[in-house]
Amino acid sequence: MQNHLKKLLLGEQGLVVIFALAFALVSVMVPNFLTERNMLGLLQSVVTVGIVACTMMFCLAARDFDLSVGSIVAFAGMVAVMASNATGSIILGIAAALVCGAVVGFINGVVIAKFRINALITTLATMQIVRGLALIASDGRAVGINDPAFFNIALSKTFGIPSPIWVLVALFAVFGFILNRTVFGKNTLAIGGNPEASRLAGVDVGATRIAIFALQGLVCAVAGVLLASRITSGQPNSAIGLELSVISACVLGGVSLAGGRASMAGVIVGVMIMGIAENAMNLLNIPAFYQYIVRGVILLLAVLLDNLRSQALGRR
Amino acid sequence: MFLEFDGLTKTYPGVTALSGVSFGVAKGAVHGLMGENGAGKSTLIKILSGDVAANAGGLRIDGTQQTYATTRDAFDAGVIVIHQELQLVPELSVAENLTLGRFPAQAGVIARRRMQEMVAARLQAAGIDIDPRAKVATLSIGERQMVEIAKAVMLDARVIALDEPTSSLSSRESEVLFALIGRLRAEGKVILYVSHRMDEIFRLCDGLTVLRDGKLAAHHATLDGVTRDQVVSEMVGRKISDIWGYRPRTPGAVRLQAQGITSPALPEPASFQVRAGEILGFFGLIGAGRSELMRALFGADPRRGSLRIDGAEITAQTPRAMIRAGLVLCSEDRKHDGILQGRSIEENIAISSRRHTSRFGILNRRAEADTADTYISRLRIRTPSRAQDILNLSGGNQQKVILARWLSEQGVKVMIVDEPTRGIDVGAKAEIYDLLFGLAEQGLAVIVVSSDLPEVMGICDRIHVMCQGRIRTDLHRADFTEHAILSAALPDRS
Repeated sequence: MQNHLKKLLLGEQGLVVIFALAFALVSVMVPNFLTERNMLGLLQSVVTVGIVACTMMFCLAARDFDLSVGSIVAFAGMVAVMASNATGSIILGIAAALVCGAVVGFINGVVIAKFRINALITTLATMQIVRGLALIASDGRAVGINDPAFFNIALSKTFGIPSPIWVLVALFAVFGFILNRTVFGKNTLAIGGNPEASRLAGVDVGATRIAIFALQGLVCAVAGVLLASRITSGQPNSAIGLELSVISACVLGGVSLAGGRASMAGVIVGVMIMGIAENAMNLLNIPAFYQYIVRGVILLLAVLLDNLRSQALGRR
Repeated sequence: MFLEFDGLTKTYPGVTALSGVSFGVAKGAVHGLMGENGAGKSTLIKILSGDVAANAGGLRIDGTQQTYATTRDAFDAGVIVIHQELQLVPELSVAENLTLGRFPAQAGVIARRRMQEMVAARLQAAGIDIDPRAKVATLSIGERQMVEIAKAVMLDARVIALDEPTSSLSSRESEVLFALIGRLRAEGKVILYVSHRMDEIFRLCDGLTVLRDGKLAAHHATLDGVTRDQVVSEMVGRKISDIWGYRPRTPGAVRLQAQGITSPALPEPASFQVRAGEILGFFGLIGAGRSELMRALFGADPRRGSLRIDGAEITAQTPRAMIRAGLVLCSEDRKHDGILQGRSIEENIAISSRRHTSRFGILNRRAEADTADTYISRLRIRTPSRAQDILNLSGGNQQKVILARWLSEQGVKVMIVDEPTRGIDVGAKAEIYDLLFGLAEQGLAVIVVSSDLPEVMGICDRIHVMCQGRIRTDLHRADFTEHAILSAALPDRS
């Protein structure tokens, strides 16, 4: 019996099992948790982290790191609002935001892959530069949107479900496919496993890494536009600390910081566990200060579990 | 018997690494341990060193049953295992390395002089000529090996296991090692000597145990009357007469022409050519520049000079472009340059050739799985499934996976294999040779880099011997003699 339990928890699907247990437990214990209203609220609250986690997963899987995601989200939100105001077209505003996000990511990628600067340092620098740009552009204040149609991006619903959740689900599906079924995804994992061996096997390591960062920037911009629409303005100080939540969620989902190991299902579960913990604590009126502690403990436990799992697999 | 193994059994998920192995070694004896890769030698050593625990069975030292929980317990029982990868701290001195964990100290301050004197006395007593103050990073590989053995001497080990100790030593360094082993034996230590080298086993060992597929294949308390052929048969479980299986061919037109090739690691320009259907060997000592030349050809290092494949000038400078131009390199350093850690066998094979099967960047998983299965059976890769993490395979099986990666490539004109059979068992070697002959018969130009003299003589049509970064000879098969090849490989005295 004990052996059986161990096998289940430490096996390939261990995290999913734990997630299911936690979900069932919270549903029974926390009043108002399992209601349609709360479920939609829960999903809404993880949209930003979830979207950015899709590409952060690729970054980590290739042994890289991106700290600039929070800044890009805020910056892209600003660009979307300001460009929409200036041109009078929401479409142009969104396009400008996406281009800006992708360009920042592309620059990250080029500096890291071509000039061989450590990803941690590079993105630490761009994190500050981009945040600075957002603050300068708005003079440090929130920028309101002129066209109320912009709010509709976040408010519109299809089959009773708000658009940002559809976007999140779509991105989960797309990036899950890219990771497991495409040459790009497999090359990403191979680079994380052994960059030199990948190069000698004919993988264009530089181009792949640049593509990963550019994609990361683009996806951050998508999250930035949705966030700006939800908070009805471009705010230069939004999404501070986002990078840490996103990396936490990925690690929680079994993505190895040493590279070479990642799964979309794991990351989704990681994102949801973080979301559920926060949601349940809100419903139970636990003060925000305590929530930091709980989040930290969850992260440590997850990494511990991961360690146990690698040992159980018995690397020879 | 001083050291006794009793029914040792160890299973990993999907693999039985050892099953019911029992034998004993007397005091003051050097005992050999042989077997093909994956036969269970490493597992036995790991159990001895407390690295892994056996599922069943046990071991006794001097009649006392040992139940280790950690490697520390093995130390305390007087067992020291010296691994192929040395475990020294490069930035510390010899004396510091030898007293690590037990620094002589007063109030937390290391008594430097006392430490050095203590170590110097022990090194001298053991006949090891190394300055205790030298930083380990400045020592040669051979000297580092001596320091490792000195560690065993310092700890008053009763049982010393050496895992392929001469694999990176020069012959002079090996001699020093053998002399030291002789002294340790005279002191009454038990020495377990793991090696692939038959010469060393017959020269050094009193007895020999052969493992095969995790079971005891043979145990010789003495080597009197035991022949090498007998040991080889015990290792492979069948008789192997001619493992090379050389097949003569008529070479065609020149496929690869290299003219004045240099790279940062290869300052002397190298020129040579290979014909279609020809197997060209590159022999030389370690550091002769063979691998550097191959890396330059493949674009792994920046290359200068002219390179022609089928008469067409190749300007490509990256491995990616060279693969597309039809030249592939199966490199010598499997761990660093070959395997994709943490990924499956299937992915490790498909990484390069998948561009032929994928469409619009989307994988053809059926085709990749079929390819993996084909090579797993063709190369006899020992694994429960193609989804197995490559890290769970033994070294020889990892090597076969990397070979499969290049065998599954399409449009290859020149195949370079650097030490293709290093660490591979005898049975699989024959199959790899068979594959190489097959490739040559299909019209590929095959280049084999090897430090194994019988191997290059056995399979190559021509041999280039390299020495100190230069190609020195061009020998045809009719002119192959050990003397001619070796004398070209050794640097001239100056």
